[in-house]
Amino acid sequence: MVIPNIAVDAVRHLGAVAPDWPGHPWWHWVVFTLINIVFILVMIIGVIYIERRAIAWFAARTGPNRTGPFGLLQAIADAIKILLKEFITPMNADKIVFWIAPAVVFAPVIMIFAVVPFMNGAMLADLNIGILFVVAISSISTVGVFMAGWSSSNKYSMIGAMRLVASVISYEIPVVLALAGVVLIAGSLSLNDIVLAQQTVPFILVQPLGFFLLFVGGCAEINRSPFDLMEADSELVAGFHTEYSGMKFAMYYLGEYGEAVVMATIISTLFLGGWQWPFLPGWLWLILKIFLVFFTMVWTRATLPRVRIDQLMAVAWKFLFPLALINLLVTALQVLAGWPEDLLWLMGIVNYVLLGVLILLWSRMYKVGWGRIEV
Amino acid sequence: MKFERYGRGIAKGMVVTMINLLRPRVVTQYPEQKLTISQRTRGNELVWDKDKCTGCGTCSKTCPQGVIRIETSVGDENKYFVESFEVDTGYCISCGLCVEACPYDALFMGYAYELGRYRRGDLVLTRDEMASEERIRSGYNRPEVAETLPRQTLLIEREGD
Repeated sequence: MVIPNIAVDAVRHLGAVAPDWPGHPWWHWVVFTLINIVFILVMIIGVIYIERRAIAWFAARTGPNRTGPFGLLQAIADAIKILLKEFITPMNADKIVFWIAPAVVFAPVIMIFAVVPFMNGAMLADLNIGILFVVAISSISTVGVFMAGWSSSNKYSMIGAMRLVASVISYEIPVVLALAGVVLIAGSLSLNDIVLAQQTVPFILVQPLGFFLLFVGGCAEINRSPFDLMEADSELVAGFHTEYSGMKFAMYYLGEYGEAVVMATIISTLFLGGWQWPFLPGWLWLILKIFLVFFTMVWTRATLPRVRIDQLMAVAWKFLFPLALINLLVTALQVLAGWPEDLLWLMGIVNYVLLGVLILLWSRMYKVGWGRIEV
Repeated sequence: MKFERYGRGIAKGMVVTMINLLRPRVVTQYPEQKLTISQRTRGNELVWDKDKCTGCGTCSKTCPQGVIRIETSVGDENKYFVESFEVDTGYCISCGLCVEACPYDALFMGYAYELGRYRRGDLVLTRDEMASEERIRSGYNRPEVAETLPRQTLLIEREGD
C-alpha cells in the first residue's frame, strides 16, 4: 500500500525520482530520521518545562521563570550545567555495562517514533506491525535500566532496577491487552491505519476502559508518579541511576522524559485521534494532544502519593489485569457483532457503562495484601 | 452493599490540585518583590545614638558572645568620651540583649537584613558606621521607634486586591 506523504509529494513537485530504497526514496529515511530525533529532543525540552512549571502551579508556586522568556530555556541551562559535571565510575562497577546502559535506555525512545504518524502517512516507516514494534522496542529500555542497576555495584541501584523490572513486566500485560482492544476495532496494527480509523470518532469515546488501562499502566511502565517507587528518594537515594553523574545521568533524565513523551504519543495516537481534528495542521494537533496527555500525567503526579511495592503489584494483577481481559472479551464480541461499523454510538455508551460497573465491582473485590504470607 | 474506595478520593484529590493550579501564586520573587519585615525585627547590625551614650559599657558586659568592644577616655565636662566602639557582627547572634540592657536607650537593633559581605573583616562595625544617620532603627525593645515603622506584610500585595 502506497500512502502519499509530504516527502513523496514534495519530490513529485520537484520532479526528482529516486525510488532506490524500499518504498520510499533514500532521502525519505534521512529526512524522517532527522525529524524524529529533533522532534523527540524538542518535545523533551517542552515536556520538562511543562512538568516543572505545572508541578509548581499545582503547589501555588511559580516554577522556573528566570532563564529566558517565561523560563523556557531552563532545560537548556540544566543541560549546560550537567555537561560540565564530572563522570564518576564506581571502583567495583562493571565498566562496560555501566557505560553502555545509558545509550540502551535512550535509543529505544527515538526508535519508537519511527512508526508514529505526524500527518497522514508522514512517518519514517509505516510498519504493518506498528503497535507490536512499539511494545517490543519500549521493553528494551528496561534492559538498559537493569544493566545500570546491576553494573553500579550499589544495593540501592539494584533494588531500584529490580522494582522497575517487576513493575514493567506486570504492567506490560494490561497495557498490551488494552492496545489489543483498539487493534480489534481498527482492524490493523499499523498506527497510521489506526489514526485513519478514528476519522469520525476518537477511540477514547469507544474504548474508555482501554484508555484508562493504558493511562494507568503507561504511567507505571514509564515510572511516573504515583508508580515511581523505583526511584523513591526517601528509601532508594535515586534508584538505578544513583551512581551516575554528568552526561550519563542526563541520558537517563532525557530517557525518562522521552519515555513520557512516547507514552503520551501512543495514548494520543491510539485514543485521541492522533493528527486528526479539524482547523489546525495535523502535526500541531499531535503535539497539542501529547502535551495534554502529559499535563494529565503531571496532574496525577501532583495529586497522588507514591504507592508501596505490594500495592503496585496488586493494582497490576488484581485490578488492571482482569479488567483488561474483560475489556478485550467485550470488545471482541462487539466487533464480532459488527458494532464498530453500524452502532458505534451504542458501543461507546455500553463501554462507558461497563467502565463504571467494572470499577465499582472491583472496588468491592479488590483487596491489597489479600493472601499475603506474613514473614 | 456499600460502595466505597472506588476512586472517589482520587477524583476529589484531583479537583483539589486543580483548584490550586487556578489560585494566584503566593511566591515572592525576592530581588524584585520584597516583603515588609517586622517592626520589631532584630536585623544583623546595631545602630548607635552617639549623643545619648554615656560610655558605661553595659552593652559590652551583657553581650553573651563578647563581641562588643568599647574604649573610653575622660572627655569634656567630666564625661566619658567613646574613643572606639566595635561590634564584630560575624559573631553576633542577634539576641538583642545589648539593646535591652542599655540604660540610656542609646543602642538599637538595625532594620536591615541584606548585609552579606565578601570578607570577614568587613563584618566588624565601627563607631562611625553605627552612628551614621542612614541606618534605620528597628523597634526592638523601643516601642516609640516601632510605631514609626510600617506594619509587617506576609504576602505581596497584588493588583486588584
